[in-house]
Amino acid sequence: MSGFFRFILKRIVYMLITLLLISSCTFLLMNFLPGSPYGNEEKLTNKQREVMNERYGLNKPLGERYIIYMSGMLKGDFGISLQFGDQPVRSILSKRIGPSLQLGIQAMILGTSVGIILGMIAAMFQNSFIDAIVSLIAIIGRSVPNFVFAVLLQLLFAVYLKLFPIALWDKGFLSTVLPTVALSVSPMADSARFIRTEMIEVLNSDYIELARAKGMSEWRVAFKHGLRNALIPLITILGPMSVSLMTGSLVVENIFAIPGIGEQFVKSIMTNDYSTIMAVTMLYSTMLVTIILFVDILYGIVDPRIRVGGGEY
Amino acid sequence: MDEPINENKNLSPKIPSSYFTPLDDTHHFDNERIAAPSLSFYQDAWRRLKKNKAAVASMIILLLIILVEVLSIWYSPYDPNLQNVPHANLPPRIPHVNINGFNGKAKISGVWVDKYELVHVPKDLNYYFGTDAFGRDLLSRVLAGTRVSLLIALAAAFFDLIIGITYGLVSGWKGGSVDTIMQRILEIISGIPTLVVVILMLLFIRPGVTSIIIALGLTGWITMARVVRAETLKLKNQEFVLAARTLGESSLNIAVGHILPNLSGIIIIQTMFTIPSAIFFEAFLSFIGIGMRAPNASLGTLLNEGYKTFRFLPHLMWFPAVAICVIMITFNLLADGLRDAFDPKMKD
Repeated sequence: MSGFFRFILKRIVYMLITLLLISSCTFLLMNFLPGSPYGNEEKLTNKQREVMNERYGLNKPLGERYIIYMSGMLKGDFGISLQFGDQPVRSILSKRIGPSLQLGIQAMILGTSVGIILGMIAAMFQNSFIDAIVSLIAIIGRSVPNFVFAVLLQLLFAVYLKLFPIALWDKGFLSTVLPTVALSVSPMADSARFIRTEMIEVLNSDYIELARAKGMSEWRVAFKHGLRNALIPLITILGPMSVSLMTGSLVVENIFAIPGIGEQFVKSIMTNDYSTIMAVTMLYSTMLVTIILFVDILYGIVDPRIRVGGGEY
Repeated sequence: MDEPINENKNLSPKIPSSYFTPLDDTHHFDNERIAAPSLSFYQDAWRRLKKNKAAVASMIILLLIILVEVLSIWYSPYDPNLQNVPHANLPPRIPHVNINGFNGKAKISGVWVDKYELVHVPKDLNYYFGTDAFGRDLLSRVLAGTRVSLLIALAAAFFDLIIGITYGLVSGWKGGSVDTIMQRILEIISGIPTLVVVILMLLFIRPGVTSIIIALGLTGWITMARVVRAETLKLKNQEFVLAARTLGESSLNIAVGHILPNLSGIIIIQTMFTIPSAIFFEAFLSFIGIGMRAPNASLGTLLNEGYKTFRFLPHLMWFPAVAICVIMITFNLLADGLRDAFDPKMKD
C-alpha cells in the first residue's frame, strides 16, 4: 500500500508544479500583453496614469507584483476586476460558479447514463440494426459541434414548441433542461462508444460464458456481470470528458444566457479584463488537474495493477 | 494416426462403393503454396478500408470537398467579402428548383414573397445559398470558411506530426533519464487545459488564422507524443532493431529509417483524430468571437452571424451548419475507418 501512497504523492507534486507553471505563465503573458487595461488610455494624462497605476499596484516592480499575485492567489484572492465596476474577482466568480457547476454535473450524469445504456444495448446486439443506430448516434454526437446542437434545441423546443424557456436562468430547473441536454451530447457519444467496446470484450470472456451456462437471462448477465466490469475503464475518460464540458459551457452558457463562469470568461476576454481572465484560467486548470488526480486515485483503488506498477499505464 | 478413424464399420454399407473412387493422379496440387497474394502493409490496410462503406463514402466526399475548395480559390462565384447592400438578406435561389425556401421566396408575415423581385434582381442572377446582411454571397462565404477550416486542419495535423513524432520518438528511443525527464514534462503540460492555452495565445497574438494555428499547434501534439513513445518502446527491443544495430547502423538511422516506418499506422490514425478536433476548435473560437475577425469568413463566424438572425433568415445558419457537420462527420468516419484498417485489433 505504501507504493500507492508514493504514487498519490507523486501525482500531487506534479499537480502543484502544473499549477505553478500555469499561474506563472498567465502572469507573465498578461504582463507583456499589448495594450493597457484602462478603458480610454489615450485620454489619460501621465499624472492620471500614475495615480491609476498606484491604485492598482501596477507601479511596483515585476518581481514584487508576482509575489503579491501568487500569495493573494493562495488565499483565494484574485484582485479586483478591471472592467466590472471594481468588484473583487472572487465575488464575481463565486456568484457564477453555482449555475456552471449544476449544468456540468447534470450534463455529465445525463450524458454518461444515456451513453452507458446505449453502448450496452449496442454491444448486446452487436452488428445488428440497433447497433448501427447507436453507432450513428455516437458519430453524430461526436461530430456535430455542441453550439450547433444548442442552437437547434433552442429553436425547436423553446421557440417553436415553447416547452422550455428560450434563455435566462429564472425558471429554476426548467431553464436548465435545454443547456444540460446540449452539453450532454458529447459525453453521451463518448461513453456510448467506450462502453460498447468494453462491453463486447467483457461479454466474450469466460466468466460471462459461465453465467450464461448457469442459465441466467441475457439481460441479467449484461447488467449484473457485464456492465459492472465494463464500467471501470470508463473512469479513465472522465478527465477528457470534463474538459469537453468546460469548453462546451463557454458557448452553451452564451447561447442560453446563463450567468455562469463560461459566460463571464467570454465577456472578460472580450473586454481585456485581465484579472478575471487569470482567475478563470486558474480555476479551470485547478479543476482539470484535480479531476485528473481524482481519476488516477480512483483507478488505483479499483484496479490494483496500477498501484503496483506505479501508475505507468 | 494409423488407427482407423471410423469405428462404425457397419455404417459404411449404406454408402455405395461407387462413391469412393481414387483421386485422379493429374490433380496434384501444392498445399505448401500460398494462394493469397502477398500484400504490403498499405495494401492490406487499403483492402480493409475498402470494405468499410462509410469510410470510403466519407473519403470520396472529402476528396470532392477538397477539390471544390481548391478550385474555388480561382473560381469563387463571387468575392466572399464583396458587399452589395441592395441585394442584402436574399434567400437562396437555385434555378429550376421550385421548393419554397430555395426559389428566392421568403416568408414575410406568413406569406411567401419573392424577395428577388422586390429588389429587382436580374432573372439570370442567382445566389444559390442566398446573401447575408451586407449582400455578400453566402455560397462564396461558406466556400471561403470551409477553406479556412481545411487549412487549419492541415496545419494542425502538420504540427502534430512534427512536434509529436519528434518528441515521442526521442523520448522512447533514448530511454533512461532523458525519457524520464521528457515524460515528467509531458505530464505537467498535459494538465493544462487546451482551452486555456488557446485563449491565452489568442490574447497575446492578434486573432486570425496564424494565431489559431499556433495555439492549436502548441497543444495538439501531446497525445501524438504519448502514442509514438509507447509504440517506440515496444518496437525498440525487437529483432530487426537488434539486426540494424549489429550491422552498425547509427542510432539516428535506426530511429528514422527503421522505427519510424513501423509507426506509420498509428501516426496516420492519430493525425486523423487531430483534424476534426482542430476544425471544431477553430469554429468554436470563431463562434464565441475570439477567433477569426470580420470580414473574413470562417464556418464559426458564419454560424455566429447566422445564429443572430436564425428565425428570420434561416438560410444564414443552415448552410454553414450543414457544411461543418458534413466535414466533421466525414473526417470522423474516415478516421474510424482508417483506425480499423491499420489496426484491426483496435476495432470496436
